Amino acid sequence: MGRKEDNVKKAQKLRKQLDRIRNIGIVAHIDHGKTTFSDNLLAGAGMISEDLAGEQLALDYDEQEQARGITINAASASMVHEYEGQEYLINLIDTPGHVDFGGDVTRAMRAVDGGIVVVCAVEGVMPQTETVLRQALREKVKPVLLINKVDRLINELKMDFNEMQAQFVKIINEVNKLIKKMVPDEFREEWKVTVEDGSVIFGSSLHNWAISKPYTEKTGITFKDIYEYCRKKEEKILAKRLPIHEVALDMVIDHLPNPQVAQRYRIPVIWKGDPESKAGKAMINCDSDGPLAIMVTKIIIDPHAGEIAFGRVYGGTIHEGQEVYISGMPKKYRTQQVSIMVGNDRIPVQNVEAGNIAAITGLRDAIAGSTVTDQPEVEPFETIKHISDPVVTVKVEAKRPSDLPKLVKTLRNISKADPSIVVNIDQESGEYLMSGMGELHLEITEYRIVKEQGVDIVTSEPTVIYRETVQGRASKFEGKSPNKHNYIYVEVEPLEEAVQQAIKEGQIPENVKKHSKEVAKMLQEMGMDRDEAKGIFAVKGQNIIADVTKGIQHLFETKELVKQSFEEVMDSGPRANEPVMGVKVRLVDAKLHEDAIHRGPAQIIPAVRNAIYGAMTVAKTTLLEPMQKIYISVPHDLMGEVSKELQQRRATITDMETEGDMTIIHGKAPVAEMFGFASAIRSATGGRVLWNTENMGFEPLPPHLLDEVTAKVRERKGLKPEPWGPEHYMG
Amino acid sequence: MGLLTFVGLGLYSERDITLAGLEAARSCDTCFAEFYTSALGVSLEEVEKMLGRAVVPLSREEVEEGSVILGGAERESVCLLTGGDPMTATTHVDLRLRAVERGIATRVIHGVSISTAAAGLLGLQSYKFGRATTLVTPQENYFPTSPYEVIRDNKQRGLHTLVLLDIHQHAARYMTANQGIDVLLEMERRMSQEVIMDKTLLAVVARASSPSPVVKAGYPPELRRGDFGPPLHTLVVPGHLHPMEARALVLLAGAPSELLG
Repeated sequence: MGRKEDNVKKAQKLRKQLDRIRNIGIVAHIDHGKTTFSDNLLAGAGMISEDLAGEQLALDYDEQEQARGITINAASASMVHEYEGQEYLINLIDTPGHVDFGGDVTRAMRAVDGGIVVVCAVEGVMPQTETVLRQALREKVKPVLLINKVDRLINELKMDFNEMQAQFVKIINEVNKLIKKMVPDEFREEWKVTVEDGSVIFGSSLHNWAISKPYTEKTGITFKDIYEYCRKKEEKILAKRLPIHEVALDMVIDHLPNPQVAQRYRIPVIWKGDPESKAGKAMINCDSDGPLAIMVTKIIIDPHAGEIAFGRVYGGTIHEGQEVYISGMPKKYRTQQVSIMVGNDRIPVQNVEAGNIAAITGLRDAIAGSTVTDQPEVEPFETIKHISDPVVTVKVEAKRPSDLPKLVKTLRNISKADPSIVVNIDQESGEYLMSGMGELHLEITEYRIVKEQGVDIVTSEPTVIYRETVQGRASKFEGKSPNKHNYIYVEVEPLEEAVQQAIKEGQIPENVKKHSKEVAKMLQEMGMDRDEAKGIFAVKGQNIIADVTKGIQHLFETKELVKQSFEEVMDSGPRANEPVMGVKVRLVDAKLHEDAIHRGPAQIIPAVRNAIYGAMTVAKTTLLEPMQKIYISVPHDLMGEVSKELQQRRATITDMETEGDMTIIHGKAPVAEMFGFASAIRSATGGRVLWNTENMGFEPLPPHLLDEVTAKVRERKGLKPEPWGPEHYMG
Repeated sequence: MGLLTFVGLGLYSERDITLAGLEAARSCDTCFAEFYTSALGVSLEEVEKMLGRAVVPLSREEVEEGSVILGGAERESVCLLTGGDPMTATTHVDLRLRAVERGIATRVIHGVSISTAAAGLLGLQSYKFGRATTLVTPQENYFPTSPYEVIRDNKQRGLHTLVLLDIHQHAARYMTANQGIDVLLEMERRMSQEVIMDKTLLAVVARASSPSPVVKAGYPPELRRGDFGPPLHTLVVPGHLHPMEARALVLLAGAPSELLG
């Protein structure tokens, strides 16, 4: 029996022994070696040639390929590893390589109980290290640390042994500082990473070796020996004696929790249902006999099998041909094939039990983030928290008109597989608009459309998506219906910061009406007026509408239309038809026609729109622009070039430090000004620069740019350059 | 100074207009018409032939927005032709008020209204009608059940209810009595207050004011499968019946003779 077949057999057996399972992810700053490390683990599992792993960076990889992580087509891969005489099944779930894909990272975090944080020994802790670590800890994912590229300290930076030690200490301290800052209280001491207990390992994934404290004891190889082997370029010997996958997987098994242990404390964080319910108990106990609850983390479009949903089974058991529900979908679905992953291969099985990762076909309408259950009343996993909203848009056209149907299908599949990609059709022009987290995110997606789906496309220059908000408040504004028989009265004001934050973090359930009591209590704690908190009936994009009226006839049967209109308005504000953010609408009064025929959608929707648009205009609208955090590391002598480049882009430098002969700049800049920064900074510095950016939310557009930007956006949308005044909405 | 005259066309043919209405429509400078609040059983061409002049049909948006009509009426004499009676179910009072505010003289020339015609055809006493209501074609986010409550309240007080049916003039779609009864049954399913039951007497009026109107009284299970011919249809939910009314429903509308007790 070959090693692979052997592994398949073992994996089938192990998946029923919860204490022998680990579900893990690997997180890192870009270029810190995540891809090479993942490949190494797979090679260890006998899935790819061990010689090839580690060489991958040496191959002439396309920039796009490197940014993408293990490979777009492997949502998860499993390995069998022996530790202290016992065999374990380790499921490695892919997390995207770039934090531009915020949604994907968070979703992958949901499915794992532990994470290996990879930090480059040369660069140390970087901004994205902090971001991914925060995402992990927020989901109660326990971290362990790999300090990678140790050989470069020795051979490139020519550090002596003591300097190397000092660099290690510095990195470990910084990582622990971050953990301490963000760790859930109950794990404050327990989750610190230390060399002594083996939760930190050192190595080189390029050269396939790693060392930990337990391994120095086991093999007698000391850090001094390592230093010498590296210096003499004898890393092949290290790779033989200290294979990185053995050292790393030992750490995983020893330090990261099994699903049974982890689900006990993680379920209350990632699932908002009643812990005393049948489903709740099954998940908390990781019970495969209870109700089915799967969280889908990724959808892969396979050319043969079609759409494959990958997900973590938290409770119950999924099997072939089972009737299941998908959250938000009214009908039932029947599963076709149910598989587990062994290495990179899908192995069809009869059942997949709680605590495991399943690959399922037949769930046509599932998207990343969906909950799959066998009972419709099981509460879905809370809405996935998006750290960032889409901020950049491009127009997408098929190069050949005959490709249009294929393009439409591809765009639909892509937004299904990556919900942080939003595709809209412009009602006026019929153009396809694709929005994402940043320029790079869209470039990679375009690349996927062309290279993987084979559709030739042309895209426009990227444009920024602004947000509209109000600067002040407006009292009772009257909106009339076209037939003038219905009057809707609203007030608007800026929404409390705390409430905005809570919406953003997904603490307020989307279906507010169903959870009205719970939501009202939460909002009152955030400082909202009692009547308002009780009257919330819709939440949309960090905006809310509350009904504070009393006893108005016929309002009840009109409420859904008011909600629909509110939601439409929040997607497209009065200033420039951009999405609205941070606005609270109070429905204060309504006068409605006696007969239902005279207050249908054609009347109420415009009446509500007029009222909200008018009130917002009175309250003075403004635009918010998306901002990026910038991190740049550059040799001192090129500082001038870099600041020149930044000055042209309305950037603010928030901090500057010196490290050796490098200057490190922390700053922020509007996304709108950062288009094309990659090539500009590369040519300004001859490529001797290390940098990255990260979305950091929205800030008010400087007042002197407001009119100009408003006009530009409006004209692009075929509107007259100036927004309307309040009179326009009184009619 | 201009003049705005609202002229009711009545319910079915081009010949339902009153003589006063005919004269006003013939003599004005511009003659507009709208058919979204009610519709005739004949085409616009028939009306134009009858009037001997061109008539400009307006969309709902144009009437509601009002500038075409009011702008015209400021300069010259303008007529707005509507189905039925212009100030009844058709609710053009807003337009009249705006005209008055602009100093435009206004005049109303009534037409036959379904409010009286339906009662008349069925032999029900107009004194005994409660609030009227309209059934709306169910659509996304809008399935108003207030008509059910109106019928319930009227019935509790022994009153009849005139139930008008939705029309989508732009799509030439008119709710039939059959569809209307199904909407009422759906409301009963949702509200469960025993207002529309298998033994609840209903009446259908089709093409009131035409030479061959259909009137039929009976129970929902049979009526919902009846064939009442082309539009427009109207429903009536009778309340407590006076013996004369019961006789009328049996003799004129084919109601079951058990009504006579």
